[in-house]
Amino acid sequence: MKEQSYLYKVRQGVRNLQYEKYGPLIALVVLIIVSSFASPYFLKVRNITNVLRQVSYTGIIALGMTFVIIAGGIDLSVGSMTALVGGIVIILINHFGGGLLAIMIAVLAGVLMGMAAGAFNGLVITKGKVAPFIVTLGTWGMFRSLTLYISGAGEFRSTSRIYPQLGMGYFLRIPIPVWIMIGLAIIYSIILNHTRFGRYVCAVGSNERVAAYSAIDVQKIKFFTYMMVGLNVAITSVLLSSRLNSINPTTAGSGFELDAIAAVIIGGTMLSGGSGSIFGTLIGAIILGIVSNMLNLLGVSPYLQGTVRGLVIIGAVLIQRQRG
Amino acid sequence: MSKTLIETEEIAKEFSGVRVLDDISVEIEKGEIFGIIGENGAGKSTFIKILNGIYEQTEGKVVFEGDEISMDPFTAQQVGISTIPQEFNLIDHLNVYENIFLGQEQQKNRLLLDKGKMRQRTKELMEDLQTDVPPDARIGDLSVAQKQMVEIAKAVAYESKLLIMDEPTTVLTRNEIQVLFSLMERLTERGVTIIYISHKLREVKEICDRVMILRDGEFISLDRTDQLTEHEMANRMVGRELNQMFPELTEPGDEKALEVKNLSNRNLLQDISFDLRRGEILGFAGLVGAGRTELAETIIGLRSKISGKIIVNGEEKEIKRPRDAVDNGLAYLPEDRQATGILTDFDLPSNVTLISLSKYIRWLLIDHGKEKKQTRRYIEEFNIRTPSIDAKLETLSGGNQQKVSLVKSLDTEPNIFIFDEPTRGIDVQAKMDIFNFINELVRSGIAVVFISSELEEIIGMCNRVAVMREGEITGILSGDEISEEKIMYHATGLEERAV
Repeated sequence: MKEQSYLYKVRQGVRNLQYEKYGPLIALVVLIIVSSFASPYFLKVRNITNVLRQVSYTGIIALGMTFVIIAGGIDLSVGSMTALVGGIVIILINHFGGGLLAIMIAVLAGVLMGMAAGAFNGLVITKGKVAPFIVTLGTWGMFRSLTLYISGAGEFRSTSRIYPQLGMGYFLRIPIPVWIMIGLAIIYSIILNHTRFGRYVCAVGSNERVAAYSAIDVQKIKFFTYMMVGLNVAITSVLLSSRLNSINPTTAGSGFELDAIAAVIIGGTMLSGGSGSIFGTLIGAIILGIVSNMLNLLGVSPYLQGTVRGLVIIGAVLIQRQRG
Repeated sequence: MSKTLIETEEIAKEFSGVRVLDDISVEIEKGEIFGIIGENGAGKSTFIKILNGIYEQTEGKVVFEGDEISMDPFTAQQVGISTIPQEFNLIDHLNVYENIFLGQEQQKNRLLLDKGKMRQRTKELMEDLQTDVPPDARIGDLSVAQKQMVEIAKAVAYESKLLIMDEPTTVLTRNEIQVLFSLMERLTERGVTIIYISHKLREVKEICDRVMILRDGEFISLDRTDQLTEHEMANRMVGRELNQMFPELTEPGDEKALEVKNLSNRNLLQDISFDLRRGEILGFAGLVGAGRTELAETIIGLRSKISGKIIVNGEEKEIKRPRDAVDNGLAYLPEDRQATGILTDFDLPSNVTLISLSKYIRWLLIDHGKEKKQTRRYIEEFNIRTPSIDAKLETLSGGNQQKVSLVKSLDTEPNIFIFDEPTRGIDVQAKMDIFNFINELVRSGIAVVFISSELEEIIGMCNRVAVMREGEITGILSGDEISEEKIMYHATGLEERAV
């Protein structure tokens, strides 16, 4: 009898947990525990930092994507955009001689390029009133084709010796891209939860008409979310190209759009928009990273990884459905 | 053959231990129109949801045509119970006949849809309802009243024995209501029984044979409507003596708060001119589709105009976006609170401050404490009933949602307040709260535009009344001129025959 009531309490406790808030975190903890038993290498510092670095590229994009999705949109062009911006950054670095100043100019230009590319998406979506899915599907093709055209089908290769230090470097034993991802997550979380822009993004995603009647400039808000993604893509492009000191016009960034969208959804943000969580997205990205890492460590065929990730994404959406 | 169609025996309903309906026993007779009235939360909706099988009763039983029946939505449809819901159940992308025959499409050759037949049947139904809604119109393009007619046609198409109508007239004009009433009478002659829920006591008295009054989930009384006055109904609903529905009219000031001159838009509005003084309530009457909402939306910059001037406090203002209207002291309470007024999945403070958010910004960040403090003040001042301050709006009742919608516009500290159907679908007490609130606004010098399809409200509340027809103002009435006959004359362009 006593045991029963204890069990009952545990069950009640489990039932009362706010899954919406803590679901992704619980999933992450469970995943880490399972992984550490499954492979002795998993918890090695080197492995963990590698996973986090790998995660940071799509993770940074996913942070921006969270805003787009909360506002009721989607951006499929981020992968191709990564390649395009990365390629141009490398061309500029080479053009200006590969020194520190060259890198600074190229990075700044890259950031502006990314924002301009995002602005282009945003402009067509808001002014042209075309569905975001269609617009960004179009630019997904355009950006990749432009990258290939500019590269002349060869690889973009930087001649700079110091550029790789940015993407390869560590600070306090943690890779620089990871620091940047965490820093951005903190800033974006504040923007989402504590600024007017964040509130308006949620309002637009929750009900566009109510937002318009409430004197919110709906189109402007949407436009800015796409520009934000562009900015984040540019940051990823720089980190990725500096890590490799090159960009492959065919493969660089390919599939990033799926990973970024998946991270947002696994993190608990509804695809229908209206609300979401930046830290959820961060956790979602890490979950995806650990899943890939485990599959590698366990020697699962790389060809099957897509299947497993696909199942994780579908599973996350199914759980969301049940909550709703 | 028994006279009773459906009978409830001591049915009760509890939600997580809270009794929302307590031992209701009634017999509803074949072919009668059975009214149910009560305030929001009185248990009317719960009662009918047990009858149409959406809820299962906690206690008691439902007897339909002599047999005890365990009701679920499918059984309800099988035995012939249809409900016209308060919130529409129509698909915007489909057209009228597709909606009416949704789920029971007519086929030819067992393969292809018989569109011709469905169109024809829809046309007949619409003629029966005396509405000119074309069978091929897209639902999304229809006005609220037209959608209502489609809902009614849908229920009629199912050949029901029991038709449950939950607030069917809130969006209809007087003429449309009369059409509906005559249709209801024709249906009862064919033996159909109707349960009619409404907040409009006059209509209940007019159309219903008997009326049941509920309060706080309990049965209060069941009488023939000819043995009960509207006043008695209202008192029994509220449980105390109601004195007066409308507050006393106040004398407006002399300064003009708003002048609209020769306003036209690309769509419907033609050469609209009126002025509004401080402390004045100017009513806007007219049939549905006369352009009243469109006018309001044009004034506040939601729609663009092609000509005309808007003068606020003597200065001409260029209002191109809703934000310009807010900046110039104009507030608007939209007519459809679910679609345009409130964010149902946001909590109270985020709704309250949605328009006026810049007031709550400190060092670029939202001051959540200040938001909550202000929201608490409003909750107290307007007697907003909510489970908690963090509750999502979807958990509040219609009347309380409406108060939040109103507070949200009020928080911009307007000088001119445009109300569009502010009392739609809310109970007597909440209505009176809103009337008193509007009265307080004008006493403090705020100018009010009051759009309503309830002539009684317009007549009871307004200093002057502008009547619109097909995008034009056909008359502005004041003082003793304000009467139902005069308003209907200007609204329709015809001398109203005895209704």
